[in-house]
Amino acid sequence: MIQAILVFNNHGKPRLVRFYQRFPEEIQQQIVRETFHLVLKRDDNICNFLEGGSLIGGSDYKLIYRHYATLYFVFCVDSSESELGILDLIQVFVETLDKCFENVCELDLIFHMDKVHYILQEVVMGGMVLETNMNEIVAQIEAQNRLEKSEGQGLG
Amino acid sequence: MALKMVKGSIDRMFDKNLQDLVRGIRNHKEDEAKYISQCIDEIKQELKQDNIAVKANAVCKLTYLQMLGYDISWAAFNIIEVMSASKFTFKRIGYLAASQSFHEGTDVIMLTTNQIRKDLSSPSQYDTGVALTGLSCFVTPDLARDLANDIMTLMSHTKPYIRKKAVLIMYKVFLKYPESLRPAFPRLKEKLEDPDPGVQSAAVNVICELARRNPKNYLSLAPLFFKLMTSSTNNWVLIKIIKLFGALTPLEPRLGKKLIEPLTNLIHSVGAGRGADRAVSAVLISLSSGMPNHSASIQVRPARAGASPPLKYLGLLAMSKILKTHPKSVQSHKDLILQCLDDKDESIRLRALDLLYGMVSKKNLMEIVKKLMTHVDKAEGTTYRDELLTKIIDICSQSNYQYITNFEWYISILVELTRLEGTRHGHLIAAQMLDVAIRVKAIRKFAVSQMSSLLDSAHLLASSTQRNGICEVLYAAAWICGEFSEHLQEPHHTLEAMLRPKVTTLPGHIQAVYVQNVVKLYASILQQKEQAGEAEGAQAVTQLMVDRLPQFVQSADLEVQERASCILQLVKHIQKLQAKDVPVAEEVSALFAGELNPVAPKAQKKVPVPEGLDLDAWINEPLSDSESEDERPRAVFHEEEQRRPKHRPSEADEEELARRREARKQEQANNPFYIKSSPSPQKRYQDTPGVEHIPVVQIDLSVPLKVPGLPMSDQYVKLEEERRHQQKLEKDKRRKKRKEKERKGKRRHGSLPTESDEDIAPAQQVDIVTEEMPENALPSDEDDKDPNDPYRALDIDLDKPLADSEKLPIQKHRNAETSKSPEKEDVPVAEKKSKKPKKKEKKHKEKGRDKEKKKEKEKKWSESPHCPSPVSLQEEVDVNAVTASKDECEDTKMEAQGEEDDAEGQEQDKVRLLPRGLWRHKKEKEERSKGRKKSKKQPPGSGEVAGEAAQEPVHNGAPEEEPLPPESSYSLLAENSYIKMTCDVRGSLQEDSQVTVAIVLENRSSSVLKGMELSVLDSLNARMTRPQGSSVHDGVPVPFQLPPGVSNEAQFVFTIQSIVMAQKLKGTLSFIAKNDEGATQEKLDFRLHFSCSSYLITTPCYSDAFAKLLESGDLSMSSVKVDGIRMSFQNLLAKICFHHHFSVVERVDSCASMYSRSIQGHHVCLLVKKGENSVSVDGKCSDSTLLSNLLEEMKVTLAKC
Repeated sequence: MIQAILVFNNHGKPRLVRFYQRFPEEIQQQIVRETFHLVLKRDDNICNFLEGGSLIGGSDYKLIYRHYATLYFVFCVDSSESELGILDLIQVFVETLDKCFENVCELDLIFHMDKVHYILQEVVMGGMVLETNMNEIVAQIEAQNRLEKSEGQGLG
Repeated sequence: MALKMVKGSIDRMFDKNLQDLVRGIRNHKEDEAKYISQCIDEIKQELKQDNIAVKANAVCKLTYLQMLGYDISWAAFNIIEVMSASKFTFKRIGYLAASQSFHEGTDVIMLTTNQIRKDLSSPSQYDTGVALTGLSCFVTPDLARDLANDIMTLMSHTKPYIRKKAVLIMYKVFLKYPESLRPAFPRLKEKLEDPDPGVQSAAVNVICELARRNPKNYLSLAPLFFKLMTSSTNNWVLIKIIKLFGALTPLEPRLGKKLIEPLTNLIHSVGAGRGADRAVSAVLISLSSGMPNHSASIQVRPARAGASPPLKYLGLLAMSKILKTHPKSVQSHKDLILQCLDDKDESIRLRALDLLYGMVSKKNLMEIVKKLMTHVDKAEGTTYRDELLTKIIDICSQSNYQYITNFEWYISILVELTRLEGTRHGHLIAAQMLDVAIRVKAIRKFAVSQMSSLLDSAHLLASSTQRNGICEVLYAAAWICGEFSEHLQEPHHTLEAMLRPKVTTLPGHIQAVYVQNVVKLYASILQQKEQAGEAEGAQAVTQLMVDRLPQFVQSADLEVQERASCILQLVKHIQKLQAKDVPVAEEVSALFAGELNPVAPKAQKKVPVPEGLDLDAWINEPLSDSESEDERPRAVFHEEEQRRPKHRPSEADEEELARRREARKQEQANNPFYIKSSPSPQKRYQDTPGVEHIPVVQIDLSVPLKVPGLPMSDQYVKLEEERRHQQKLEKDKRRKKRKEKERKGKRRHGSLPTESDEDIAPAQQVDIVTEEMPENALPSDEDDKDPNDPYRALDIDLDKPLADSEKLPIQKHRNAETSKSPEKEDVPVAEKKSKKPKKKEKKHKEKGRDKEKKKEKEKKWSESPHCPSPVSLQEEVDVNAVTASKDECEDTKMEAQGEEDDAEGQEQDKVRLLPRGLWRHKKEKEERSKGRKKSKKQPPGSGEVAGEAAQEPVHNGAPEEEPLPPESSYSLLAENSYIKMTCDVRGSLQEDSQVTVAIVLENRSSSVLKGMELSVLDSLNARMTRPQGSSVHDGVPVPFQLPPGVSNEAQFVFTIQSIVMAQKLKGTLSFIAKNDEGATQEKLDFRLHFSCSSYLITTPCYSDAFAKLLESGDLSMSSVKVDGIRMSFQNLLAKICFHHHFSVVERVDSCASMYSRSIQGHHVCLLVKKGENSVSVDGKCSDSTLLSNLLEEMKVTLAKC
């Protein structure tokens, strides 16, 4: 199970916060801050796995992260997930974002948090991996966008 | 002007969407909080507007603010409003906000049930999808229970997109509502072979999650997964399956052998590339948990040497798994692992540390710990250093200090660790010190000397800021010095150290220990002095005590204060005695005589109730028969006498000892309060004077013990090497002796010497006193289980056939039973639920156990994996149930109808915002088509059984006492000795002017009823829809037979011309009753009553639309008033909703507006007002006749209240 998916930038500003277990907003922010500090002090060329976030879970949980330009994508997962699998999933997620936003950059995430969420919803659902095939994901997103558009027209 | 401003601001609000909000926040960097609070005010305004687009926009912005850490729970209701928007665009926004902010504590969440149900059955797959996604994040036990059946239906949806989501969400449903697991499992299993890879992957995912927690229940799926593994090409699925096998192999060792070949194939076939790495490492990791795989670890090494960091990490991870089963193959990589300790990556270092734990042996312990100690010094960052510290302690203390050959070395390590700055683990070190000092008698002298020097340098520890916790060590030091004060070389010096004023700055609990142990120390000094005849010296010590103790008496800590003042008085008394030259030392030291033995943590819990002791028996019953009871109090005194004095002469009479031991054993057996065990064999061994065959090497002389702050442990390493060398030389000589020694038994509890260990004899004669356990303690592993573990509830035997009672609850006319206020009812429902699963679980467990036993006997599985488990007796009995359960999946829809008749035992909880009408017609339609399919598909006969199952009441979570008597929308139609007919008339919006009559037929006789036919005399106004080609006088056949005791539901459609009047139709049910004696033709007459209410369909209405409707002026009005009503208003409304299919639009105090719609589109509006004990109902309707008839019906209903 995936416990949380966090995206924040190099300064720790959250860009996407998705918890699959209930934490009060205050704690969520704390977790984001803690996670940020944990990954920030790690070099880029060392491994992408990290144990020991104190707020989520405990020893069974790991942080698996990737650093893209200005953004960190961090998944907090338990031992049922394969580490490399999740790394791959992050890649899939980011590539999907790239396709949907056409050359995604941090600004896209900043201004379209809702859309990022919708994309994520097609990848991960309730903490479990829903789809890993990027074409399938993109197809569903586009279908939903079309639906939204047609409704928009109906509205006038 | 003002109006313009308002309007302008409204316009602006309209304009500000999410992007504007984000931009605004970015432009207000310096006063962000202020800006946001201003935005929230705006959002609140927007939420008050009726326009759903504005609301959705506001909710979208709230979702963003939630991410920034703002609590948006206050908008929960608005979020629900947006969720129920008809447009996908808004719905999606609403569900997103809900998924981010709703949780089990959100009270309005119960209002969403119907909305979600509606969305789940929406024709648009994306509405359904969005609802599933949202639900997966905020599903509560209530939602899970109410929606489980709907979701299960979706698992067979035509669109794979929906199927995969439905499959995935089932895991969440199982977690919240474990009862659903068994009914849903067959279908879940089915989905493993779904044609769509996404659905398949989702099913694998869910089962893997389930199996991870309770693998044994899923062993039977192994063949299926085996097949999947060899056929699937999806890496994700492969990884999950392999992980699953990792969990299964320990339970079924033969599985391991079967797996080797396909796994090796996999490793070879995946080739190079990202996916390959992934699969391979997953293979390795899961493989290792239980199969012979030396090859695996060989593969790990190149992977790690090759060293892309993630692989290095995974290699280490894999090794730690392998280590558990094949320690040897990992131990050979010690060099690599130690290298990893120097890695710059903390994650890799931590992993390596983990491995070290399993790699130590007697031989390399000192070396490894030495290495770790250097890392401790180098380490930056307290997390890693603390981790190192705990690891060192873990490594050393594992399995009862199995690998420690020299405890002096260990004590010095501990002392060195105290110099660590800023560690959180002072208490851990302290606990180790205490443990070692108490349990290893031989080390006490050394420990005491070390501790006294620690106490001496206490200022160093205490000064480095108290909060870092290292001062906890002083707790241990003080206690050890006090308790074993006889070993102190300069007790006086230590006493002074402990009485320093600085001590009062320590935390209270440590001071308390100080105070207590100061007296112990004092007692022993006193004794020494008196024995030496130094009366003056003794008095000086007393004076010191009297001088210094008052500083503790003033302590703010109660414990310290109390102990100190008590002791101060005591010492003053002693002083007086000393002045009179009375020898006091004996008496003072008698205060602390006796030895404290370590008691195992769970010892008290495990004291068994002795045979013959009835804890429920009267305590004060006559003492007539109680010899043993007489003894009990005496036993206590015996005990006291037998306590060994502290300096017991070692040459105690062996015989006497044995005799006493025997006697004591007997007493203990009878004494339930006694937890002390008789001396363990180890202890006895030590007591025996035969020490000559133990190689004692005197080492402590060469060590400069009294210099604190020097890293001494290193010297032990050298010493140890020398010693080993020496030992080797002497080895041959000693061989004989050792054999003899071994024959005498193992000296160490729990230590299983390995080959390598045999070469090393411990440096000291160490005797590790085992922790005491009561004799014949009950072995129990229960303590390890966490009763709150949510996954425990899912430990359910899945192979057992489904019982009738195990069905998913299906939507019933719950809205009708809304009665008491939800707040009140929440409590019992919740309680019930928490109780229920447990009971069930137990039941399952018991049955599961039985089954397992049987399985063990048969041992069939592994030979032929596809072989079905043997049919047990119980299963035979339940044949009916089995069939039912099989059909159940296909027939859930059928049940939806079937169970509606059963209103008793319904859990009636929340007010439904959106009542049933909307979802119902869809269901019925599907159902009909389903029914047709079914009749084709199923072999004759099974239909009835399914039907029977469908009729069974669902008792899940049904509260026992209900505020409103349970009601059924089914009313009695007719009955005789053969059959009972109950019916419910339902309008359907879909087809104009049609109503469906659902008739439940219950066979009460012992005959089989067949050839049932329903003939109804049509009236001008109402006509029964008959199959094509049949005439008005033909009956309509009932599509099933009824075995004895079974009931089933049949549906008939009637076309109604005018619905403004109630009407009655005459009809007859004819059937053939067949039993052993023959068949008879029977019939039963009935009168079908179509009330006006039955033409109404509960339809939700927003208050604005409602207001418009009333204003429109084309409604006629009428009213009734009923007196003598005592029922609460809430219940009253519930009744109206239930019997007359209304929904509440708005309720203010004791006044409510309600709305409903007829099947022909008449609007009916009601205003219900409650007076003191009367109720008045004003109605408005587009048809006055309909209204007056309705009100008459309502009057009848209300009159019964």
